[in-house]
Amino acid sequence: MTRRPTFLLSVLAFGFAFFYVPILSMIVYSFNASRLATVWGGFSTKWYVSLWSNAKVIEALMLSLKIALVSATLATILGTMAGIAIVRMGKFRGRTLFSGLVTAPLIMPEVITGVSSLIFFLLLAQWIGWPAQRGFATITLAHITFSMVFVTTIIQARLLQFDQAIEHAAMDLGSRPWQVLFDITLPVIFPAILSGWLLAFTISLDDVVITSFTTGPGSTTLPLLIWSKVKLGVTPDINALATLMVLAVGLGVVIAGVVMTRAEARRMADERLAFRTGR
Amino acid sequence: MTSLKAWFDRRGWSDLIIGLPYVWLVLLFLLPFLIVVAMSVATKTPTAPPFSFGGEVPWINLGGYARLVQDPLYLRAFLISLGNAGTATFFCLLLGYPMALALTRVSRSWRNILLMLVILPFWTSFLLRVYAWMGLMGKSSWFNEGLTDLWNWIVPVDWAVKSLPMMHSNFAVVLVMVYTYLPFMILPLYASLERLDPTLDEAALDLGSRPWQVFLDVTLPQSIPGIIAGGLLVFIPAAGELVIPSLVGDASAPMIGRVISDEFSSARDWPMASAVAVALLTLMVVPTMIYNHYQARAEGSR
Repeated sequence: MTRRPTFLLSVLAFGFAFFYVPILSMIVYSFNASRLATVWGGFSTKWYVSLWSNAKVIEALMLSLKIALVSATLATILGTMAGIAIVRMGKFRGRTLFSGLVTAPLIMPEVITGVSSLIFFLLLAQWIGWPAQRGFATITLAHITFSMVFVTTIIQARLLQFDQAIEHAAMDLGSRPWQVLFDITLPVIFPAILSGWLLAFTISLDDVVITSFTTGPGSTTLPLLIWSKVKLGVTPDINALATLMVLAVGLGVVIAGVVMTRAEARRMADERLAFRTGR
Repeated sequence: MTSLKAWFDRRGWSDLIIGLPYVWLVLLFLLPFLIVVAMSVATKTPTAPPFSFGGEVPWINLGGYARLVQDPLYLRAFLISLGNAGTATFFCLLLGYPMALALTRVSRSWRNILLMLVILPFWTSFLLRVYAWMGLMGKSSWFNEGLTDLWNWIVPVDWAVKSLPMMHSNFAVVLVMVYTYLPFMILPLYASLERLDPTLDEAALDLGSRPWQVFLDVTLPQSIPGIIAGGLLVFIPAAGELVIPSLVGDASAPMIGRVISDEFSSARDWPMASAVAVALLTLMVVPTMIYNHYQARAEGSR
């Protein structure tokens, strides 16, 4: 087709404007001197300054980061195990139920996950006395559970692509199956493990609904803090906070993307070299 | 110790790899879910926890499900949810399809950058993406004022308004849903459109088809699995959405997610909240099965 697809390209441009204009508008208005969030009153960085001295925001951010670090790490370990179990362990007892269990949380509406987790924790407190108080532990447990299945999907996709001949070769050379796992499988799927961790981390850092059901008094994560303020309307300090979060995440994703593309390119080059010298 | 090591070498390592995530999901996902299913046939009591299975002769109380059918509140909430989610899915398709098709027509270097730009909003906070639209739709925002001027310019003078009532309406809910879920539509569509063979288009053009006929006869039928995948990825989370309707929706016309949350927290009616939850899940099982069916077929054809 030599004709330039003008219609398609204009829809594409419109779509990207649709994606980014609201975010850009929010960024611009975070520098608004006016207290009224939507009326422009000159340039100012005062909302950023007041944000920095707001102890509540810093405290909530720290709690969110702590929960995200712990839950992403555990979710990555469990999610990777589940991915390996499904792709590499062949048929085992209860496999059908297991593969259902790793897909169901993906489509379960968050409200239902939240309500069921809360009922579960409340009944558990009734039966065994734990958790007496909801907070860090219960939020983290809930986050691990619903983010590990996202890690599993990534690991599964990567394992399905990867050539099992290397694993068989190591096995033929006398490695124990678990040695094959640690020496070959895990290093090869490492980029996928890393992206799984990043995804679990951002999911945890971002979650409102499940957190709001599993939290207790005194445990306010950053999204919960924003949620409680946003319900009352648009304010300039939330604009500033949002801008910082969007920029941090955007920068992180771009850097991670560049690093991963480079690593992938290097791996492909190595592979080509290995094949050439092998021949 | 040696027997432990022997066990680990033989099968322990694989038992652990299967067992740990298995036990975790059974305890923290399946068990809470089964409790909700059981709860849906319990009876509400003013005790703590506020339910019981005893009392009347049949232990199972189907009152929750009966109210679901009889009380128009629930039926209305279901209809609003399905309507909003369906409309959002339709507009995602309307906007997402040409975007995905355009992505297959740009040069390879551009394509990677643009795909990254489609995925980037995924990683930024969902809550903040909803919030960004609250800023735009508010009465005195530049966006609302601009649209109001446009509206007043188009319509007869009698219909002129001071500002468009965008916030707290189903319109706002659908708009923000389209905004937040559009990448879910574009990515599977792009994946299925990218695989198509461009020589088929050329052949159809050579044989005298007009470009739009080529689209209808060649491109569209081949992308149906992508349309279904994208549609369900938008429809399923949209139908159970809680954050968007709470922030920009009409409080007098709640969606089903809001009803579950309110029954549970405000009304402290755990059995009713559970019954609504089970009903919502049942409604979602059908589209999910369609999705799995097409997914399996797409995989088979590959």
